[in-house]
Amino acid sequence: MTLLEAKDLKAYYITKSYGIERTVHAVDDISLDVNTDEILGIAGESGCGKSTLLRVMFGIIRPPLQLIHGTVAYRSGDRSLDLLSLTDDEYRQIRWKELSYIPQGSMSVLNPLRRVRKTFWDFIDTHRPNTTRREFEDLVTGHLSDLGLPAEVLDAFPHQLSGGMRQRVTIALATILKPRLIFADEPTTALDVIVQSGVIDLLRRIQAEARNSLVIVTHDMGIHANLADRIAIMYAGQIIEEAPAKQIFGNPQHPYTKYLIHSLPRIGDKSHRISSPGRPPSLMVPPKGCRFRDRCEQKRRICREERPLLVSIGENHKVACFLAVKEGAHAS
Amino acid sequence: MPHNHQPILQTRNLSKVFITGMGFAKSRLVAVNRAAFQMGAQGTEIFTIAGESGSGKSTLAKMILGLLEPTEGSITFRGRNVTSIKGRKDRLWFMKEVQPVFQNPFETFSPLNRVDDYFLETAVSFRLIKRRQEAPEYLEKFLELVGLSLHHIQGRYPHELSGGELQRLSIARALMTRPTLLVADEPVSMIDASLRMSVVNLFRELKDKANVNVLYITHDLATAYYISDRIAIMLRGTIVELGPVEKVLDHPLHPYTKILKNSVPEPDPLNRLQPVRLSGIESKEFARAGCKFAGRCPSAMAICETQEPEAVIEDEREVKCHLYSESQGKTTA
Repeated sequence: MTLLEAKDLKAYYITKSYGIERTVHAVDDISLDVNTDEILGIAGESGCGKSTLLRVMFGIIRPPLQLIHGTVAYRSGDRSLDLLSLTDDEYRQIRWKELSYIPQGSMSVLNPLRRVRKTFWDFIDTHRPNTTRREFEDLVTGHLSDLGLPAEVLDAFPHQLSGGMRQRVTIALATILKPRLIFADEPTTALDVIVQSGVIDLLRRIQAEARNSLVIVTHDMGIHANLADRIAIMYAGQIIEEAPAKQIFGNPQHPYTKYLIHSLPRIGDKSHRISSPGRPPSLMVPPKGCRFRDRCEQKRRICREERPLLVSIGENHKVACFLAVKEGAHAS
Repeated sequence: MPHNHQPILQTRNLSKVFITGMGFAKSRLVAVNRAAFQMGAQGTEIFTIAGESGSGKSTLAKMILGLLEPTEGSITFRGRNVTSIKGRKDRLWFMKEVQPVFQNPFETFSPLNRVDDYFLETAVSFRLIKRRQEAPEYLEKFLELVGLSLHHIQGRYPHELSGGELQRLSIARALMTRPTLLVADEPVSMIDASLRMSVVNLFRELKDKANVNVLYITHDLATAYYISDRIAIMLRGTIVELGPVEKVLDHPLHPYTKILKNSVPEPDPLNRLQPVRLSGIESKEFARAGCKFAGRCPSAMAICETQEPEAVIEDEREVKCHLYSESQGKTTA
């Protein structure tokens, strides 16, 4: 079942300085659905617009980011809300309670002057105004112990916690009101691998228990392989492939996805890996046609003239490449 | 057939202690603890120092580059003691022989200078060319080594190039003095996955074609496995396991190496991480008296809390763990 439906999203960064206007086409015509009870991964390289897409889907659009086109429909009960046209008050009713967000660099999201307990109290007092102190204590300690965190963290200041601990506290904060949909932006970046594996395990457990939906943005394909049920690959502001994780890793179709998957080194394998030549186009003047064509070995004339649309080539498998579509058509 | 050369780089008992604070708040932090390794005794090689943040790997690299003075111990490079170099002539020789490659290629180059200026500058300061006119021809040779051309970079500013291209440029610049050793501190961590392997492969080619040794410092075990010949795993300042990369990473011995390896998320959805169970959380590990890992180690013993393990040779590698010093004791007894 679809929980969130993003449609025809276009969001650009528009800045003006000394009379020169610059437009960065960070999210350029993207449609993406989030289903109930799934972990959706959004993968791509730095500057491909993946964090911007996440923010638009969560409905936080602040200047210089501007929404040019599109809707984000969220199914709440039998209603459908467009997150991008809600008023602040309306949105406040569902933010954190139904939708929640784990920001990038959560090292710095906790207030350094407040003990963790106070941060939790502020959070709960705002969203459930009539909570008593006792209910609060029960709720918070219960949630922390579910996540395997010691209750002592409540009395600590953020600087007294290690990076991994702070990340877990942020995750605990974002999940305490049992949201149905959680957006996480690079939740494990900058953590050491041992700590990272603990956070991966934590996110998996949260999802398995609450059967809610998680949207995870990261550049690290290893994390996607270990978390995501379904993966969307972004390139230069667009989604170029979308499929279940096993398909993305086992049977990638877009030439870019192939490069991405086949260039990953693995422990225990010394065979030669090559990376894709060239680099992504500038998002200030995105080229016409396929945006990957300059780096693609199988480009044809049509790739220069026409933009390949994201089309279905198999069960739950969508690709934006003329080549793959043709092959897919032959196969079926 | 590997035969024994004189090692090009050897460190003995190398330590760095940082003292922070004053008076009662004064504390000692042993960032590198008696590090001992050699490079190049079996011919040209890529040697990796791997560890998590705070393991002391960058401090070790800085001492080798001569950017930090060791508190204790010595560094020998091609038979000469380079622990603390005095004098301009020796310094110039050392800088020619050992060149750094830094982590962030966007910071290596000033945004206000054209990238080819850096090459000219290095060429002039090391007196590699006699006249400016010789520069283009000279540069082209090195750019070719890293898969770029002068035509491609001439007159360009850093923002016009990708991270991968800039990193290859900084490697080309480092190669100009024809160094024996490159010290690369996290050279690919800032580079996107689709370009990363171009830089990693370059190190391999340099080793094979130009006989350049590489000291590769990283937290990424997957790329380390891919390019290196030997690897040292560091934990809180101490090298806990050192040996051929296939031995150390395919069949790790030290409990820390095992956990580290099993925590790396494999890019394979059919082979997902099993949650790692540690017996404790990391805290104040630098200040521990015995083995630094004892607080988290699933197989910790009483001796681990009090006594620092010594390096023992086990299955072609050095390992610092009481699990093996005990068996060593038995076999020698």
